[in-house]
Amino acid sequence: MSATLTIERLTIGLPEGADRPFAVENVSFDIDKGQILCVVGESGSGKSMTANALMGLLPQGVEVKSGRAMFEARDVLRLPEVEKQALRGAQIAMIFQEPMTALNPLMRIGDQISEVFAAHGLYTQSERRKRALDLVREVGLPDPEKIIRAYPFQLSGGQRQRAMIAMALALEPKLLIADEPTTALDVTTQAQILKLILDLRKKRGMAVMFITHDFGVVAEIADQVIVMREGKVVERGDAASVLDNPQHDYTKRLLDAIPTGKLPEARELSDTPALEIKNLRKTFRTGGGLFKPVREVHAVDDVSLTVSRGEVLGLVGESGSGKSTLGRTAVRLVTPDGGHVMVGGVDLAALTEEELRRQRNKVQMVFQDPYASLNPRQRIMSALTDGPINRGVPKEKAQAKAKELLEIVGLGPDAAMRYPHEFSGGQRQRIGIARALAMEPELIIADEAVSALDVSIQAQVLDLLRDLRERLSLSILFITHDLRVAAQLCDRIAVMQKGKLVEIGRVDEIFLSPKQEYTRQLLAAVPGADWAQTEEVPA
Amino acid sequence: MWKRFRSNMGAMIGVVLLLSVIVIAMIAPLIFSDGPWQMVQRPFLAPFAVDGLPLGTDTLGRNVAAQLAYGARVSLLVGLVSTVVALLIGVPLGALAGFYGGYVDEGAMRFTEFFQTIPNFALAIVLVAIFEPTLTSITIAIAIVSWPPVARLVRAEVMSVRTREFVDAARLAGLSKPRILIQQVLPNTVSPIIVMASLMVATAILLESSLSFLGLGDPNSMSWGYMIGAARTVIRTSWWLSFFPGIAIVITVLALNLIGEGLNDAFNPHLSRKGKA
Amino acid sequence: MTIFAVVVSRLSKAILTLLAIAILNFFLIHAAPGDPAVVLAGEAGAADEQMIEQLRERFGLDQPLYVQLGKYVAGIVQLDLGYSFRQGAPVAELIADRLPATLLLTLTAFVVSLVLGIAFGVAAAARVGKPSDTVLTTMALLFYATPLYWLALMAVLVFSVWFGWLPGFGYETVGANYTGLERVLDIGSHLILPALTLGLFFTAVYMRMARASMLEVSQLDFVKTAKAKGLSDAVIRRRHILRNAILPVVTLAGLQAGQLVGGAVLTETVFAWPGIGRLMFESLAARDYNTILGVFLVSAAMVILFNIVTDIVYRIVDPRIGARS
Repeated sequence: MSATLTIERLTIGLPEGADRPFAVENVSFDIDKGQILCVVGESGSGKSMTANALMGLLPQGVEVKSGRAMFEARDVLRLPEVEKQALRGAQIAMIFQEPMTALNPLMRIGDQISEVFAAHGLYTQSERRKRALDLVREVGLPDPEKIIRAYPFQLSGGQRQRAMIAMALALEPKLLIADEPTTALDVTTQAQILKLILDLRKKRGMAVMFITHDFGVVAEIADQVIVMREGKVVERGDAASVLDNPQHDYTKRLLDAIPTGKLPEARELSDTPALEIKNLRKTFRTGGGLFKPVREVHAVDDVSLTVSRGEVLGLVGESGSGKSTLGRTAVRLVTPDGGHVMVGGVDLAALTEEELRRQRNKVQMVFQDPYASLNPRQRIMSALTDGPINRGVPKEKAQAKAKELLEIVGLGPDAAMRYPHEFSGGQRQRIGIARALAMEPELIIADEAVSALDVSIQAQVLDLLRDLRERLSLSILFITHDLRVAAQLCDRIAVMQKGKLVEIGRVDEIFLSPKQEYTRQLLAAVPGADWAQTEEVPA
Repeated sequence: MWKRFRSNMGAMIGVVLLLSVIVIAMIAPLIFSDGPWQMVQRPFLAPFAVDGLPLGTDTLGRNVAAQLAYGARVSLLVGLVSTVVALLIGVPLGALAGFYGGYVDEGAMRFTEFFQTIPNFALAIVLVAIFEPTLTSITIAIAIVSWPPVARLVRAEVMSVRTREFVDAARLAGLSKPRILIQQVLPNTVSPIIVMASLMVATAILLESSLSFLGLGDPNSMSWGYMIGAARTVIRTSWWLSFFPGIAIVITVLALNLIGEGLNDAFNPHLSRKGKA
Repeated sequence: MTIFAVVVSRLSKAILTLLAIAILNFFLIHAAPGDPAVVLAGEAGAADEQMIEQLRERFGLDQPLYVQLGKYVAGIVQLDLGYSFRQGAPVAELIADRLPATLLLTLTAFVVSLVLGIAFGVAAAARVGKPSDTVLTTMALLFYATPLYWLALMAVLVFSVWFGWLPGFGYETVGANYTGLERVLDIGSHLILPALTLGLFFTAVYMRMARASMLEVSQLDFVKTAKAKGLSDAVIRRRHILRNAILPVVTLAGLQAGQLVGGAVLTETVFAWPGIGRLMFESLAARDYNTILGVFLVSAAMVILFNIVTDIVYRIVDPRIGARS
């Protein structure tokens, strides 16, 4: 088989003052015709830079230092700008991570597709329109006639990504570069987009360079894999051998983070509840002005559940399922419309603002975004002691406790006198956990607490939570969109959809014998994980 | 931050220019002990025509250089004080609107919008004309027409900071709302307010000079706008009488704008330097 | 929301705003030092005892404040802005006479500064960091710091007094009695200096905004998409960046209209342009408060009109607003 693209000893230099001299160092690989190559790595591994270099889209100050990229017997890195331009979109096409921002908000979808033909001087106006329509149909967008007249804001995330793919495929490129194209999407949408890419590859026989951080996705679509770390290739091979028999430690660590078929053993749960949620309701109303109709969203619709003392209950669902609202209502950051939130004999939902301030410590939260959850202008010490001191804990005692907690979460007491910007994302999440613990809560709600972290950091924070669960017999409501993460930590799992609780049960029950159709769909969509397979060993 | 500011050439030029104006304003009574109103020579002397009068004399034989130096005092004073007053109105209003939202926000923003719709210079004229031109009325009038952008900026900043998770964390810590606003939210809005304030001083100086130009200056204070206004009718014969005060205004306002921009770039390095990996 | 609904809601809001300004005016008259009747009549002895008595009766100055307010506002609703004793004519009439000149000046300055500002801003952004960008941004910085009345004076000095190229005084040549095209050209030549000097400051403002906006938009993801499609830089700038970048500039320009109308007072004063700004200046010296407040109200109305027009333009250009329901 002939290689569509051959990259030889590619080195990309970073501007002075960056944390390392090269974004990509001495990277070589081939992609054959009709093959899907997954380039796997965490943020900063140089995987996106490689793609941008091929497209001539490197940011200012970042440049190719050496190496070549042979495509159709030409080195695309050294083509004059005019020829690069002719190549882009026609021979090599690219799709991006953020479907929400990758389309021009002021231009109709159809125009944005036809523009590809116009850019390369092909066809007449009406011909372009007809072809745009065909493409929209081919990528499986509903009601093509309507879609090509629509503006991006009228489409969902998944639909926009399909529109992006339509644009990329317009001129039947020989190579498609996909830069984390499903990372911003829900699992079920992700599964559909992956299937679409597989179908199109089969139909058109193009080569695909697929950039991802997710080994689950790799398992779904890759023929060949290279793993990158800090600008270098650490492992390469065909998908099966890399997944089943990784050689490099780093690859092993990344793979370990995906617990395919490894479900934790069920633990004995205590009978005492830490949190009881009864018939909780929250409805959001928007609009309702002179000219706007009222829109109602039942974010939490009559949900009841219990978290036992010492239990970790996973709350999973896709975006818009109401899982975050449930969490925020349980800590009373959002006041519910109805129902009860019982913690330690108190109904948080029924307290007045003033009473609530005194009972606040009972439930604490660990937040999603490590960069927004700490006040940049406040030292770690005051972030950890504000609450306890406010409750009446003497200052010295609160500070001593804060240092102790920083030790427990693995940072050391010196951290107390520093500011948030001196810490990495994972360290900040540890501080967030310490802050929650400082309030001596009955329950901690972790709202997507590891979602913003790289896989290897994610694993460390999960280890910490597991450790704390044992040591402090902590009760946790663990909210996540990622079933694989939930599987690693939780005792039981609750599945939400459109504000309702669909199913709740022990981890093994949910993963191996789900009762509801929606749960089954959700599980099926998880990339690279076939839970039942490893369990049902043929007798 | 300071290092980024210092390496910005425009901003450093601004600092030097502004410092020179400030020094001239401070030492004016020392070098021109006669004050700006004293007749020192015959009228309409051209620059350098007589020793000791480098910028000549005005229509009444007064020393133009002395007038310029004293004018700097008025410009800087009115510019600074009116900005402080405008901040005192705009910051609390914007902070309350942005933090509490709902009806507080609705009310505060309607009020702000109303003031923003009124042509601000016309309102300043009306206020000064009705309350008699004094330094106080001029300063207050300028403050009254300058606060709405502050309120809008602070509101927008507070609204964006308010949604960040550390504010939720502070609520969960049981802190009271006023304390969260003052201790957690407002400190994170300081940089854009400082940038805006430095630009507002510049605008206030322009407004003050415009009022004085129209004859709405404090009759007891020499100001640059008044000098230009008084020399307007003799521009055909003695152009320098209007020219120099204008240059003084341009230099001062330019200096403040340069500093403001320098601060802005220093606070938001990602906007000025692109392409970092 | 349809455009029609927008216009209706904006107009009703505008009327409320103008009423509020009328009320503000009323309280300003009462807050002024001295007898409101004297204030209304205008100082400097323009009114005699008898006239002041008439005023007292007409505005019910001996009645409670709210009755007075009612009468005052009722008068304004009927476009009665009071009487200028200095000029011996109703204020509304004085303003109506002068309004066309002001509208001509401010609209020209607005359009010129918006067009030039955006053009220069786009040009500077396209050459960011190059010498031509530096020259343009430095010019903008200078004009941004220049008092517009002083710029006007210097323009008169240079182009009118020294070179004699353009008239620096008035609205048309007095006594020439031009008609037809000749008159249009005559007014046009008188308009150049006032419109340019009023517009230059705002050109600088809009240019800075346009440049910043272009640079910001060019960093957005969809620009990268456009590049990946194989579009040339020129096409990307024209089709993708420009429209997205100009929208916020137009909105901000609408908000700046108030400053433009206020600046017209200065420009008209320098050029003896017979508009409402000049009228205000003349009334200042005469302490003719009725006229001052009348001009103030009308200039606010002009600003509201500018705002509504830019708002409608914005809604037509941006599909996201009208279609969202």
